[in-house]
Amino acid sequence: MTGNVEIKVLFFAGLREQLGLPSIQSKLQAPLTVASLQQQLASQGAPWHVMQSEHLLCAVNKEIVSPEHVVRAGDEVAFFPPVTGG
Amino acid sequence: MFSVKVQHEDFNAGKEYQALTSVGAGAIVTFCGLVRDHSAEGRIDALTLEHYPGMTENTLQQLLEHAGRRWSLLAGRIIHRVGRLEAHQQIVFVGIASEHRQAAFEAASFVMDRLKNDVPLWKKQHGQQGEHWVEVKESDRQAGAKW
Repeated sequence: MTGNVEIKVLFFAGLREQLGLPSIQSKLQAPLTVASLQQQLASQGAPWHVMQSEHLLCAVNKEIVSPEHVVRAGDEVAFFPPVTGG
Repeated sequence: MFSVKVQHEDFNAGKEYQALTSVGAGAIVTFCGLVRDHSAEGRIDALTLEHYPGMTENTLQQLLEHAGRRWSLLAGRIIHRVGRLEAHQQIVFVGIASEHRQAAFEAASFVMDRLKNDVPLWKKQHGQQGEHWVEVKESDRQAGAKW
């Protein structure tokens, strides 16, 4: 699939605070992997450089995925720091 | 037989234990995690727990089901609180019921070790040093990896 895809991206915890927002709705060029989505977001200037962190985890439709995972139109993507519950 | 809950309200560990006694188990192991009032850096007043609605519940449920495939279990329950929790308040309950004690001990330990590594929950600490997001502890990472 090529062309623009509409994707919702959520941010949690420290990342949400650093970016100053809980989510964005974005039109992005497909096909798109999680790694390239992260790179595109990181290249938007301050404060988006925090997206460059290699420690960030990514979930697509509420399942943890690898950086090679391909994002599709309508997916809910989430980026967040390593977890610290319990 | 496996159920999870993410909630702001406190829980009653006694009632949760009582509920597990009805499944015909020979062993029930329960664990409660509480907010400490200090760390190496000084006094802790409170924690704020953040979660990812939907994913946190799904991941907790998958964790119990994973334990149920690995050990012979009769029932399992996880309750995790979110929002602001003051020092000494309860954070998490894990209850595991099985025929014999070893499975219940091991499964409860597995659930807590993996919960700290795999479930989308984040702690912000409020205390003497101001407020900051809690960093991952190497000891917790190793405990999760041993299973």
